[in-house]
Amino acid sequence: MDTLEPLLAAHPFARHLSAAHLHVLVGCARNVRFDAGQFVFREGERADAFYLIRDGCIALEVATPTTTLTMMTLGAGEVLGWSWLFPPYRWKFDARAVEPTRAIALDAQCLRTKSETDHDLGYELLKQFALMVEQRLHATRLQLLNAYDANG
Amino acid sequence: MTPTAEPPATGPSAFLPRSFRVAAVHRETAETRTLELQPVDGRPAPAFVPGQFTMVYVFGVGEVPMSITGDPARDDRLVHTVRVVGAVSRAIAGLRRGAEIGIRGPFGRGWPLTEALGRDLIIVAGGVGLAPLRPVIYHVRAHRAAFGRVSVLYGARTPDELLYRRELARWRRDGAIDLQVTVDRASAGWTGLVGVPTLRLRQLTIDPARTLALTCGPEVMMRYAVRELEHCGLDAAQVHLSMERNMQCAVGLCGHCQFGPDFLCRSGPVLRADRVLPRLAIREL
Repeated sequence: MDTLEPLLAAHPFARHLSAAHLHVLVGCARNVRFDAGQFVFREGERADAFYLIRDGCIALEVATPTTTLTMMTLGAGEVLGWSWLFPPYRWKFDARAVEPTRAIALDAQCLRTKSETDHDLGYELLKQFALMVEQRLHATRLQLLNAYDANG
Repeated sequence: MTPTAEPPATGPSAFLPRSFRVAAVHRETAETRTLELQPVDGRPAPAFVPGQFTMVYVFGVGEVPMSITGDPARDDRLVHTVRVVGAVSRAIAGLRRGAEIGIRGPFGRGWPLTEALGRDLIIVAGGVGLAPLRPVIYHVRAHRAAFGRVSVLYGARTPDELLYRRELARWRRDGAIDLQVTVDRASAGWTGLVGVPTLRLRQLTIDPARTLALTCGPEVMMRYAVRELEHCGLDAAQVHLSMERNMQCAVGLCGHCQFGPDFLCRSGPVLRADRVLPRLAIREL
């Protein structure tokens, strides 16, 4: 029977995971696709999954009374969502497909439970997400610097 | 095939501007214009290596260094893109078709295109930093088979501040290079990428052993681009960046563009990152 293991293994997120941990992740994974314009999740909803983007483009957005602001876009090889890791497990932003997008969804409850029983798995996941948070924080700081306005 | 130019001029002619006439002016952004210049004497425009610069002299106003931004294969005109930052650049941006200006050069060391032959290229540009890299893109597209994978990451603050928008659209359409354009702040109607270009480096498929990277933009962006590229497995010696300083004589005499042990007008403006990176973080240098 075909499994999601090859797809999962091909994603950069899985690059540093052991075969055993990859196998665990497969048990929590499902294939998903989103049409252009379709919401992956909305602010305030339960963060019950995170997504490994295989192709396409997802925008992280905040809706204001007058407009919608896009904070960043995520594409192939990137990871969408870390609110599933931290209580109260609610999404802080909207995520919307900008174009047809395929991803692997990983069930949050499944992974949280398995991480509690297998701390090595939990540690590996946290390392991956900590690295991602560090990259995004750094990128956000660069955006805030408004460097393009400075001379040099 | 690799574009060549005379070595940087050092004789008396290096100080004598040649007259050029403005043949066309293109509005890129609110503060940026691209000027096409034709030699008044009817002879070909000077050959140049992508990455080199000229000294552009607005008679009665002053002279500034400007990267050459046109196609190195064309000798009928010289192309410059100017962003208004002071009196001279404002005067250049305000020139109309038919106006005359003086040009000295080209000067300096350009991008290492010979070294890039047969290799994958990653180009990271920010804001007006795309301007000195545009001749590289022209050259690579004209000799596409001579290079491996070519990825161009270009970022600007907003969609309205992107340079060469028609060309970007054409380059993305024909797929000869992998072009990713991203903005810090999306405006209504923008359906492209949002975020800094350096963040996208980790999404590229990179074979560090056969890759060369070129970057130009705000220095803070270039610093982080080099670090991200190092994270992707490249050595700083495989990364080249273009530096901007106050070039005046352009032939290594006056010292205004001194950057540590280098006079950027002669040693640069393109330098290897391993040579220049330690100095980039030094304040006031």
